Amino acid sequence: MSLTTRRTRMAAAALAAITAVGGLAACGKDDDTPAEGEKPAKLVVDTFGEMGYDELVKQYEQQTGIKVELRKTAQLGEYRPKLVRYLATGKGAADVTALEEGILNEFKANPRNWADLTPLVADHSTEYLPWKWELGKAPDGRLIGLPTDVGSLAVCYRKDLFEAAGLPTDRDQVSALWPDWNGFHEAGRKYKQGSGGKAFIDSVTAVSNGVLFQQGSDLFYDKENNIIADTSPAVKAAWETATSMVDISAKTATWSPEWSGGFKQGTFAATFCPSWMLGIVADNSGEANKGKWDVAAVPGGGGNWGGSWLAVPEQSKYPKEAAKLAEFLTNATSQVEAFKAKGPLPTNLEALKNEAFLSYTNEYFSGAPTGKIFGESVSKIEPVHLGPKHQAVKENALEPALRSFENGQASKAKAWEQFVKDAGIQGAF
Amino acid sequence: MSLSATTAPPSPAAPPPPDAASRRRRGYLLNHLDLKYSPYLYIAPFFLIFGSFGLYPMLRTAWMSLHDWDMIGDHSFIGIDNYTRLLSDEYFWNALVNTFGIFALSTIPQLLLALFLANLLNRTLLRAKTFFRMAIFIPNVVSVAAVAIVFGMLFQREFGLINWLLSFVGIDQVDWDGQRWSSWTAIASMVNWRWTGYNTLILLAGMQAIPKDLYEAAAIDGAGPWRQFWRITLPMVRPTLIFVVILSTIGGMQLFTEPLLFGNGRILGGNQREFQTLAMYMYEMGIENLNSAGYGAAVAWAIFVIIVLMSLLNFVLVRRSAK
Repeated sequence: MSLTTRRTRMAAAALAAITAVGGLAACGKDDDTPAEGEKPAKLVVDTFGEMGYDELVKQYEQQTGIKVELRKTAQLGEYRPKLVRYLATGKGAADVTALEEGILNEFKANPRNWADLTPLVADHSTEYLPWKWELGKAPDGRLIGLPTDVGSLAVCYRKDLFEAAGLPTDRDQVSALWPDWNGFHEAGRKYKQGSGGKAFIDSVTAVSNGVLFQQGSDLFYDKENNIIADTSPAVKAAWETATSMVDISAKTATWSPEWSGGFKQGTFAATFCPSWMLGIVADNSGEANKGKWDVAAVPGGGGNWGGSWLAVPEQSKYPKEAAKLAEFLTNATSQVEAFKAKGPLPTNLEALKNEAFLSYTNEYFSGAPTGKIFGESVSKIEPVHLGPKHQAVKENALEPALRSFENGQASKAKAWEQFVKDAGIQGAF
Repeated sequence: MSLSATTAPPSPAAPPPPDAASRRRRGYLLNHLDLKYSPYLYIAPFFLIFGSFGLYPMLRTAWMSLHDWDMIGDHSFIGIDNYTRLLSDEYFWNALVNTFGIFALSTIPQLLLALFLANLLNRTLLRAKTFFRMAIFIPNVVSVAAVAIVFGMLFQREFGLINWLLSFVGIDQVDWDGQRWSSWTAIASMVNWRWTGYNTLILLAGMQAIPKDLYEAAAIDGAGPWRQFWRITLPMVRPTLIFVVILSTIGGMQLFTEPLLFGNGRILGGNQREFQTLAMYMYEMGIENLNSAGYGAAVAWAIFVIIVLMSLLNFVLVRRSAK
């Protein structure tokens, strides 16, 4: 996707959301509930990004005779305000709604907006990655989301740039360069020397993202949802590792034009890739760079960035049928199909063992066996507790503070002060 | 009817037929209704639309601002707590300073330039007047998102045109969104580019309403163009100038899209909120953070009050200088 459409959409989303405040008050909840057992003529599914549901939805239509309308929104930033509008006004929400990890928690904070799926679907609690399944539950114990994909991490790197700088290019040898973050830093320094001072990685926030989810402990909140941003060892580890890498960073903030352009220009030679990022790396790098990228393991084992659930809003008129559709879209076969179509990584244990999944290779990334690479890293993901405003703290407190330091706007101590203060503001709920 | 009346006048003795009389009575009634009520009908669309999209949201926002309001959950009445919190909110004052900074950087040069251009376009000797007058308005027609994206590219750190040009005069790469002054300059330049032409046209219209004989008399008395501008044009366009200043104030206080897109859509407006405007802060609190919608509403009302105060200040200043 081009930068232009992304930014235009952002503006459109912003404007749409502003208008939404005005409209918010005017609407009430629809009360024409259909009779019990009545079959819906149509179910609506809301997704963002690319979840690979096009073919699956057609299959479902044939199987059940229920028409399914798939509404896709390109960016999460544009999707969230729409969803907020639907929930605030009590109308307009799809029957099946995708919720991303980052926004799941704030929506879970008001569980009454979502249907409890436990009585509506069979018991699948043992079929998915256990931590992923648990996250789909609201604080009051109701099951509000069925797991779709997970954002297990890998490293995408440019083989041609690695070679020019005198680093190995084979993906196993590259993975062997960085069993841990020190190894990664070392490789980055070597690259910088060998390439005449070029940056190795896109930004320090990419690093903090990677480290944060490897700690397997509480992040910004403890189990009772108190903000512990300033004392959390996981946050401290992410902070220290990220800030130490400032010498090998290209200082291009993720999603900025400098960042998108950097893929083509070779501004950096490596970045962290959750499975869903592969398509974005390919788009940003262009057809000319096909075969120059490859995928290696992430330093320090696992890691997670993103991933979603399917939920049924309370306002849906057909919660039962909607739950059935969500169940279908998240079953093992569907998850493998979706992965092959667009790359979201399965969370269903059976899908993760599926032969077609494990043997899948990605042509753009020099034929890397992405099914195998990501499948292996999934098992290494440490389950973590994400508090109610995790995403806000990460995006509006941690990352700006890291960037302040990275760009030389603040000393490390000052930046940390900024983070602690903002974490308190952003994390309040 | 009047035609037939002139060709064949009815005899004054014969009374009009009864149905004609009742028709006339009904006509009178309709006429009366028309005179009395249709004006209300004609202006009703505006008031209906203003009521539902202007007044109602405002009152509703005022109501929200007195609550601890979760956008998708509960709310509870807390009185003026949101407003007292606002007064000690460092980020609110930061946004206020940013808004005024960008406002000053955009409005002052913009109005001076508009005045200069309008005066130029007002010359009698200018060729292709219509072309220039239309051309100057074109930036205003371009979508604000497009402007923000193009300017965002010009001001990029790595591959931006501006940094490339600056490199020829030996100035190092400027990280445009990294400091206050540079980000304010970049955003103000977008606003200036878009609105200078618009203000020029309004000022030009004001200048055209000045009687030509004033200039002729001044010329006979020996006043040069510069003196004519100071002594005739400027005092005579003062009412137009007030209008333009108030419009710019309203626009400047509500600045949102340009700084938002300049910061890649991040609502903080820079890593340390270097260019977060009041409208962006309102959006952050009221919409982005779901659970502080009430506080966001209080920010919205603060913006409203500031605009009213600024407009009053303008009015008083300009009036005083007129005396």
